[in-house]
Amino acid sequence: MTAVVGGTVRPSFGDVEVGTPLPEHVQVVVRQDLVRYAAASGDLNTIHWDEATARAAGLPDVIAHGMYTMGVAGAALTAWAGAGAVRGYRTRFARPVVVPRGDEGATIVVTGRVAAKLDAPAVRVDLEVRCGADKVLTRTSAIVELGP
Amino acid sequence: MRVGPTFASRLAPPSDPYEVGREAIRAFAVAVGDDDPIHRDPEAARAYGHPDVVAPPTFVVSLTMRSEAQAAADAFGDIDMADILHRDQAFAYSRPVRAGDRLVVTSEVSAREIDGRQILTLETDVSTTDGEHVCTANSVMVYSGPVAR
Repeated sequence: MTAVVGGTVRPSFGDVEVGTPLPEHVQVVVRQDLVRYAAASGDLNTIHWDEATARAAGLPDVIAHGMYTMGVAGAALTAWAGAGAVRGYRTRFARPVVVPRGDEGATIVVTGRVAAKLDAPAVRVDLEVRCGADKVLTRTSAIVELGP
Repeated sequence: MRVGPTFASRLAPPSDPYEVGREAIRAFAVAVGDDDPIHRDPEAARAYGHPDVVAPPTFVVSLTMRSEAQAAADAFGDIDMADILHRDQAFAYSRPVRAGDRLVVTSEVSAREIDGRQILTLETDVSTTDGEHVCTANSVMVYSGPVAR
């Protein structure tokens, strides 16, 4: 049974099986988003907003903070299970998300599925996080507690 | 920064308490595109049994990153961030971070050489001023800067 609290539908432990997909989560990221994230997180590293510094570091252009991308993937988790449900969350930063100037920016696509049912009501969710053809995050998984 | 090929772990002193505010949580949620009302609306948070708005899962990085940088600087001197590649990040939560929390952050840093690369491992404890554990963050950084031999 799904639980409806505060107008939001959450999956319950009994509803999901290994392989149950999460809704696809798409985030377009432009330069302004990186500046906003820099301010919110306190990570002011120049390669995330200045082209010259990024190129001097051997990058093709400005890149998103790895933690920004992990945060976007986290939003895919919380949209599905609720923010209070996440008990563990890990990733590897495999490739950078390059963010060119302009309104088009870059597009991050997060997909996921239930990988294991643990002690009720906990499940392990594995996520795939891509930008174009690149898997930008790898080894990405979370432990979430669902409704009973 | 001068880094030896292998060095022992160092524990940085605990941070000053950080008071988690509703607006800081909202700003972080907006920044990562997380529109769950539980980050913005105390009523929605209470409907899920939380005393106040709840932070997105990666919010604690705004505390842990500062502490990690301090721990690394205490152990090894000034670090050029251009020489650091963030490779892995993990969080384990006893409960979500929420508005009104007063959090103290303690980081331990260690480093070792693996296959010719300097790997920095940082473990950061996030607990309330009352000693309640909230989160442990583990980071792995690859350092490519100058090395003292």
